[in-house]
This record gives sequence, structure tokens and C-alpha cells, in this order.
Amino acid sequence: MTATRTDTGTAPGTGTGAGTAARIPALPPFPGLDPAWSRTVTVADSTGARHEWHVLDNGVADPVGTLLCVHGNPTWSYLWRLLVAAAPPGWRVVAPDHLGMGWSQRLDAPRTLEQRVADLGDLTAALGVTGPVVTVGHDWGGVISLGWALAHRADLRGVVLCNTAVAMPEGDWGPVLIRAADAPGVRTAVTVGTPVFVRATTALSRPPLPRAVRDAFAAPYATAARRRAVGDFVADIPFSPGHPSRPVQEAIAEGVRTLDVPALLLWGPRDPVFGERYLADLRERLPHAALHRYEGASHLLPEDAPQYADAVAQWVTELPGSGTVEPAPPAASDDDPPPLWASLTERAGDESPAVVEVGGETVSWAQLHRRVEHLAAGLAASGVRPGQRVGLLVEPSADLTAAVYAVWRAGAVIVVADKGLGLRGMRRALRSAAVDHVVCSTAGLAAARLMGLPASRIATGSVPALPRRALGAVRTLAEVEDAGRGAPAPVVPPGDADCAVLFTSGATGPAKGVVYTRRQAAAQLALVRGTYRLTPEDRLVAAFAPFALLGPALGIGTAVPDIDITAPGSLTARDLAEAVSAVGATVVFASPAALRRVVATAADLTAAQRTALGGVRLLMSAGAPVPAALLEALRDVLPSAEAHTPYGMTEALPVTDVSAAEVAAAGEGEGVCVGRPLAGVDVRISPLRADGGADGDLTGAPGVTGEVCVRAAHVRDRYDALWATDRAASRPPGWHRTGDVGHLDAEGRLWIEGRLPHVVTTAAGPVTPVGIEQRAERVPGVAAAAAVGVGPAGGQVVVVVVVPEGAGGRSRRLRVAGPDLADAVRAAAGVEVAAVLTAARLPVDIRHQSKVDRRQVAARAARFLAGRPGGRRS
Amino acid sequence: MRVLVTGASGMLGRTTAEALLARGDDVTVLQRRPSRLPCAEVLGDVADPDAVARAARRQDAVVHLAAKVDVTGPRAEYERANVAGTRAVVDACRGQGVGRLVHVSSPSVAHAGAALAGVGAEPADPAHARGHYSRTKAVAELDALAADSASLAVLAVRPHLVWGPGDTQLVGRIVARARAGRLPTIGSGAALVDTTYVDNAAAALVAAVDACGPVHGEALVVSNGEPRPVGEVIDRLCRAAGAPGPRRRVPFRAAWLAGAVVEGAWAVTGRRSTPPVTRFLAEQLATAHWFDQRRTREALGWAPRVRLEEGFARLAAWYAASAA
Repeated sequence: MTATRTDTGTAPGTGTGAGTAARIPALPPFPGLDPAWSRTVTVADSTGARHEWHVLDNGVADPVGTLLCVHGNPTWSYLWRLLVAAAPPGWRVVAPDHLGMGWSQRLDAPRTLEQRVADLGDLTAALGVTGPVVTVGHDWGGVISLGWALAHRADLRGVVLCNTAVAMPEGDWGPVLIRAADAPGVRTAVTVGTPVFVRATTALSRPPLPRAVRDAFAAPYATAARRRAVGDFVADIPFSPGHPSRPVQEAIAEGVRTLDVPALLLWGPRDPVFGERYLADLRERLPHAALHRYEGASHLLPEDAPQYADAVAQWVTELPGSGTVEPAPPAASDDDPPPLWASLTERAGDESPAVVEVGGETVSWAQLHRRVEHLAAGLAASGVRPGQRVGLLVEPSADLTAAVYAVWRAGAVIVVADKGLGLRGMRRALRSAAVDHVVCSTAGLAAARLMGLPASRIATGSVPALPRRALGAVRTLAEVEDAGRGAPAPVVPPGDADCAVLFTSGATGPAKGVVYTRRQAAAQLALVRGTYRLTPEDRLVAAFAPFALLGPALGIGTAVPDIDITAPGSLTARDLAEAVSAVGATVVFASPAALRRVVATAADLTAAQRTALGGVRLLMSAGAPVPAALLEALRDVLPSAEAHTPYGMTEALPVTDVSAAEVAAAGEGEGVCVGRPLAGVDVRISPLRADGGADGDLTGAPGVTGEVCVRAAHVRDRYDALWATDRAASRPPGWHRTGDVGHLDAEGRLWIEGRLPHVVTTAAGPVTPVGIEQRAERVPGVAAAAAVGVGPAGGQVVVVVVVPEGAGGRSRRLRVAGPDLADAVRAAAGVEVAAVLTAARLPVDIRHQSKVDRRQVAARAARFLAGRPGGRRS
Repeated sequence: MRVLVTGASGMLGRTTAEALLARGDDVTVLQRRPSRLPCAEVLGDVADPDAVARAARRQDAVVHLAAKVDVTGPRAEYERANVAGTRAVVDACRGQGVGRLVHVSSPSVAHAGAALAGVGAEPADPAHARGHYSRTKAVAELDALAADSASLAVLAVRPHLVWGPGDTQLVGRIVARARAGRLPTIGSGAALVDTTYVDNAAAALVAAVDACGPVHGEALVVSNGEPRPVGEVIDRLCRAAGAPGPRRRVPFRAAWLAGAVVEGAWAVTGRRSTPPVTRFLAEQLATAHWFDQRRTREALGWAPRVRLEEGFARLAAWYAASAA
């Protein structure tokens, strides 16, 4: 085998032994492509025929490793330009154009999959590529790259796959769009005769690609003669069993199961060609693979999610044996955590209420225990296997509680995506979590059908038979329960098995799935129980729905008020009193929004209701602390209750706790005082850099502002299907970066000053928003305030948008504040303020209806202060 | 140090000459009319090579402020004062062996009409700058920076919207209009604008004289670094002068169109008086222009000493004293 190297620009014409006269033309400039990477290599194949290849190669000598990047159809190595640019130090990147494709030599005849795999091997041998090698494949390049991988196991260090397929999943007819392109009479017309196929591929990109980039992809395929291999590639996809490439494709698909090297799957979920089934198929063949789904990205993942390049670079440098520090394995614990349903077992003979639906069902501990045992056995009998994921589309109810504990008891994983995400957000969330089964109420069934979830459906008892069938439910919960009577009890899952996927609010970008193991959930329960000194004598009213689910696990009876969870403000004092009476509650968990309405409707309470409310010893506020004035008013309604606010997030809850008395004692400061870290919880600060980022060493020193980092036994295990996000949020290993910014004070209390992306980066240094907002809100006449940055990062100015008291309407239109208000806010702010604006209201998040969307405020303020034809509206 | 200041009859030139004198420099000033400054003086036109050469003799540094600053008049006058004048100064520096030239320019040389939010000193762009003043100043700045060499260090400094007591250009015109009840707010009045209190601009030029050499061949925007909504700035200036603030609002497009009409009328009739509105003015008053000061402060080792509030107070005191 021989190879000659020449510069692309000189259009070599030697050594075309195959007799094809095609010469590689000089490459015009393409955006993002360094001409220095571009070269041609002449390689002889097994028949002795010599072909000219065009290859991108960063030319690193004596590399620590090589990324072998294989494009699909109808793209070319241009697809990998960002990865070539992002190559980690010492890594060689080699990205060839397949023969007949890109700028490689055109062929006289089609080449089969087998030949293409062999061609790639001939090329890497000619280029002197030896181990360690990580293959990277996209589209049909995925199969070819895996074919190479199986043939070079000794050199192989890892595989990366983006939006590809190695097999047609069972029952699948192949990618619809490609099949359409393969239809008789269509293929040649679409793929070769016209540039439709070439152009359509780059038109799939989301967001749309710049014209110059689309033109670059189309450049090598300008004429029908140059597009010939595009059609041949489609023809070589073995849709039918008799296809000549079928055995090779099947051998690769099966061989993949034997790969024991690390694997990384990077996926664009909006791909109309390779949908979720192909991802599921790959995950099934490579169960150990790490996965990152780039929400919003489509088929051309390397274009749609350009950050993929950094993810690949990070992944290869972290491969075992790469010399970088590997994350410490979680402290192995021999003692198995108590099951999440331990209280049910303990209280199996207890006829007192465990779950009370106000105005509905009451379930005793004994009933709940029996129901969960039967349901769990029924679920196992009907195919819910340990580790499988079960989506719960059920409103808070006794059914939901029973379903949750039954799923756990069956060793499966609950997936909770609440209505606050909206239908689109829930669809995205449940698809990314790859749920195997869903449990639905009537509304949930309709939603599941709308979302097109590829999961088996179980309906709760409240669904009438007709709509149940119409909506595609296979079984009811009652049927499952019946089936479970007499069925064997499922095996108790191991402590480090997953138990839950919960979704973040999605206030900033798509909601993220957060995975908890049984051990982490047990640690959370123990922490909550200890912090609030909960005993079996306590009973809970949870006006904040997710918390209601924890009642049985905490071993306390729970009442759920009859309110819409997405409208916390609909809870009246009488609703609360009824729920409290129903269980004799000692603990109330509610959001400040709900409590505000409770206070407003307190006059309607009867004497008996007031007496019941007098038995509440602990009031926990969800989401945000209870303001002092509201707290004062609550004394009238809940006279014996001590008010506490836990601080935490979906990924770690709780982290700290603060009582109303402690808030008062802390006084005013920079930000909101959320109290001291709870027992066993480490809180450290990653100091802010001048550019508003935070990535340095952690510190516990008081007064240092930065990103709040948490380490505790109950912190999330990982983000689901978000490998890169998980790595970024786990620095240093073992810690969780919260995205919140704050500081510790000399007393060890934590103060929250805002969100990391909301830090204003002024020329004088980073400025956090919450303190400014609190001071602005103390100015007479100001009801609410948002402090945001306007201008380029590092040179921003602070702008304060205030809602004047009594501002009517729902308009978010901005105005320049009058001179007196502007002076007062500037004087109070404590930092240089460029502009004080007013609006009738501020945009807030959906889930809590309380967190101001500062990013949106900043964007609007920036537009307004740019002054572009503002006169039009005056 | 021996320093020549051209254009010392204007507010900024005068303040700069005074600041140099106050720190003990040997100052010479060049302008057409006597300045009554306690220093050496050469009277003459900045576009007259002989006069400039005479003034530049044996100087260590030149601060070149002389320019035609206006919104009307024929292009040739701007060409002569701003382009030919700067060439004469550059030639004189070379001919007389002056080592440092601080060329005073304007952020408008790089402003094509779009909003500028937190930007640095973009390259001067004569093709897209608005109006005769900005275009000729853009050419002049490019000429001056092109002369930067081993023997002559050149720095271009662009103070933005300089104002202060005694200012006849910005403050004087706004206050006169306000008093006559002819001062509308153009657009929403929200556009963030930077301004520069005169003492800060003068201090920056003095700092530039010292920095010129180690720092050279670049343009630096100078401002107070305290952008404010333009309506608020105008309101504060009016309040300092005891004049009523703007009461009417004129939509940006209407103002811009009015500017276009007025400019045409003034050009056709050859009127020399200051027109009530021009397109340049409408744009200036309705679009953001504020600047990243980090490079300027680092390069000059300078920071504004007089904050905006203090500046307004000094202006108010000056108006009160003038009225008394």
C-alpha cells in the first residue's frame, strides 16, 4: 500500500490507477475551514485500484490519540470543522471525504458498505493512524465508523455517534424520508438529477444555517456527475433483507453489542430522519454509553449544536488512562438504604389515615400498604421491569401516591414532569427521559396521546372505560392491582439503582431531567425528617403538590387540599382549614402565593376551623421565603406555627433552612438570607470572575461572592441524557453547582444574591441583582424591582426596572422613570445605576409565579435604551 | 514639558491649556483670536502651514483641538479647518521634530447612525460618518494616525459630548431652546448616552500628552462613563440652568424627516444660521451611544474625577452666578 501526499491547491493528477480521470479541484475558501487542514492522499484499495481522497487533518505528529471523523450522506468533512478546531492538545483529527463524495475522487461504480469500511481502513493505514483512536460518526457515517471500529479493536479507545443508525429497529420501515428518496424512479431524480437531496439536508438544520455554510455543504455536489455517489449511498442502505449490504450491516449492528470501549451519543431530538427509535436502538446496543440530547437540534447535530465539539474534546480527554484526574467514585456504602416504602411496611397494620384527598378518598396505612404491594406485583407481572421508567401523568391524589410507591416497590423509576412545563415542555421532558410506561388520569391520557409517547399506558381508576380505550390505555390501575394479588412480590432493588427522574422548572431553557438513586432519596428523607423533627405523630398538609408525595415516605399522614396545583393562589383559608382538620395536621407546606390568599380569606373561618389551624406547629414555605408582613398576618391564622423556609433546588433539596426569627435576626444584607447549611450538607462558594463566570477553587471564606456549590448525600446523581451539562455542573467532582450566586457570612449563613446568568458584568466588576432589588423595593412607592445588565459582557451598566405601587394593567411596556423616582432608586441602589425604568409588571416564571425572568427584562431594557425609533410609540 | 495647544479659544481647548499651565508645563496656544491665557500665543489659521510650523517650533508635544464644529455650512470650510488643518499640524510636527501628537477627534467619526451600546473606539469611517463635521474629522483622524511612527507618536482621543460651565455648543443651545419653549424630546428619550464633563475631558488630554509614546497609533473614546437616558441628561442640564425641561415629544421619524427638509432648505438658500433640527441631531438624540471605557482608562492611566452629579451642581452654580 502506498500513499502520496500533496497540497490540495495543486490539484494532483498522478496515480489514478482506476482509470477515472476525476481530479480533485482546488478548494475555494469556506467559512470556518482552515485551508491548512485540507490535503489529498492517494491510496490503493485491495484490488490495487488507486483513489484520491480528500481529508481534513490537523496533522498533529505523535498524537496522544486520533479522532477519526466519518461524515454521512450527502455531506462532507466540512461537517467536522468545529471539532478539528476544538481538538484537545495532542489529539490528531482526521476527517476524510468518502470516495465519490465531497472533494474525493469520483467513482465509476457504486461502492458497498463492506468496501467503504475497507476503504476507510486502507486510508487510515496510509495516513499512519494507529491507536488510540476514537471514531466519530454521523448519519450513514455512523455505520461505517463502527465498521472500522470493529475491525480495529486493538487501536480503538472510544466511539462517538451523532444522529445515526446501525439497524432498522424492529418493526421500523427505515427512515421515512430516506425510504422516500429510495423509492423507484425517485432516487435518481432527487439525489443525482437535481440538488434537492443535497440542499434539503442542510435545510433541516435548526436554527437555519447561514447561507455561506449551506453553500459550502453543496459546493462539491454542483453537477449531476458529482452527485452520483449521493444516489449510490442511498441505494446501498439495506432496507430489504435481500440487499447485498444487509449481512455486513447486520454484522456491524450485532458487533456493536460487543464493544466494551466508552461510548458517547450526541443527539439532536428534532431529527426527522433518525427519530427517538434509533436513539433507543443505539442505547440498547450500547447500554454503557453516555448521552447528551441537545434539545432543539435536528439532524445535522454538529451544525445545530456547535458546542458538541467541546463536549467531544472534554470526553476524550477524560477517557480512562488519559492522564487527567478521574472523578472520585461515590463513596461506596455497604449498608443498603432503607426502602422508600419502609413506613408502609412498618405501619402495615395501622388503620389511621395515610393519605386523605379532601372531598374524596381516605386511605389508611394498612390499605396503602396492601394496595402498593398488589400494584407492585401487578406491575412486575405485566412487564414493568426493574430500572424501567414510568411517567406519571396523574393529578395529586391517592391514586398518584399509590402509583409512586408501587413503581418504587417494583424497582422501577418514577418520571415526574408537572403541568407547569406546558404540554410542549412535558412532551420534550418525557421523550428525553425515554419513559417505558405511563400512568395517566383522563387528562393525562389525552396529554399522552397528544404527546405521542411511545410507552404502554395504564389508566387510573377514575377513567371511564370508553374514553380509556379511545385514548389508548391498555390497562387500568385496578386491573393491575387485581393481577398483583397472589403474584410474587418484586425483588427489592439495589441501593444505587435509579428511583426518580424529576424535571427542573425550565425557567431558563428546556427543563432538565434530574436523576436520583434510592440511596440519595433515602438521604433526603432522613435529612427532612431530622431537620424538622418529624415523628409518626406528625401529619402534613401539602399545598405544594410534589411534597405531598413524600408524606408516606416520611412516615406521616398527609392531606392534599382540593386545589389546582398550577394555581397556588386558589387556596382559601377554609380550604386549608378543611385539609388541616381532615388529618389533624401539625405541619403545613405552602407557597407564599398560597399563604397570601389564605390571609386574605381568613375572615371566613369558623371557630372550629380556627381551632384546627391552632394545632399546626410548623409552617414550611415553598419556593420563596414568607415576607415579614405576611408572616405577621399569618399569626392570626396559624398562631402556633413556627415559619421555616428551606432553600434548595430540584437537584438538591433542602440545602439550608431558615426560620422567620433567624431572618429577622440576620437583618438586611446583600441578598436573601437562607440560613445555615443543614446537617451533613457542605456549602462552598466558587468566586465570581470579572466576566461573571465562576469556575475556580471553592472557598468557605465569608464575604466572598460566587456560585453556590453543594455537596451532600442527597444531591442528585446526575442530569438525565445531558452528559455535558452534568459534567459542567459537577465541578469539582462530587459537588453540585447550583447556578445560584451568593456568599457566606461570618456566622456561616448563606445569602443568595441572584442567578449566575443574571450577574451584571460592569467595567468595575461583577454586580449581583438581588441586593439592589431589595434596596430599590424599600424606596417608598416601589412595589417590585428587577436589576439587570445592559451592554456587552464586561462593560455592562446596571439598569433597574421598577413596578410603581398601584401600577395598573398588565402592560410590560417600559418608560423612563421620573426624576424623583430615579433619584430615589439611584440613592438606594448602592451601585452606579445608568437608568431607572418603570413597567406595570415584570415577567415571572410559570411554575412559581414569583421568580422574575431577569433575562427577559434585560433584553427588553436593552432594546428600549438603544433608543431605536422609540418615537414611533410616543 | 513644552506643549502646543491648537484651538484654545474653545471651552475644551482653553480648559486643557489651563490644566497644562497649572501643572507647570510651558504652554503655547495657537488660534485665530487672542485667548487672554497667561502663556505664549501664536495667532493664525490652523490650516496655514507657516503659522503652525512657527507655533510648533521646539515643542515636545502638540494637542490639536482646532476644528470647525458645526452642523451647517459648506463642506469646503470643514475640509479646510479639519482635514487641511490636521495635515498642517502633522507636517509641522514632523518638520519641527515634535515627538508627540495628541489629535482630538470625535466618536462621531465611527458612528454610522446605529445605536452604540458599550462599544470601544471603532475605526474612523469617512464613508459612513454622518454630516460634514464627522466625515472630515474621520479623514483627519485617519491622516493623523497614519503619521504615527518611531519619531512621532500619535494618539487620537475622542471626547464624547463635552459640556460644562460656559459651554456655548451643547449646553448653550439646549438651554436657549428650552427657554424659548422649542425643546422637544425626540423619540422615547430613553436612548442611553454618555457625556463628558469638561474638566474630565481636559484631564484626559493632559494624561494623553503623558501617555503618548508608550501608547500610540490608536484611538480612544473619552467619556464620564456614566450613561444616562438622553431625556434625563437634557432635563438635568435644563434644571441646572433654571430652564424648563422638554414638554413636547416628537417621534424620531418625524424629527428625522424634519431634519432632512431643513437641511435641504438651508443648503438651497445658503443660510448660515444653526438650523432647528438636522438628521444628524435627530439620530444623536434618539439612538444610544455609550462607550466601553476600560481600554481608555488603562491606556491613559486616567479616570474622570468629576462625577455627573457634581458636574450638574457646578453647572447650576455657574448659571446662578451668571444670573446674579
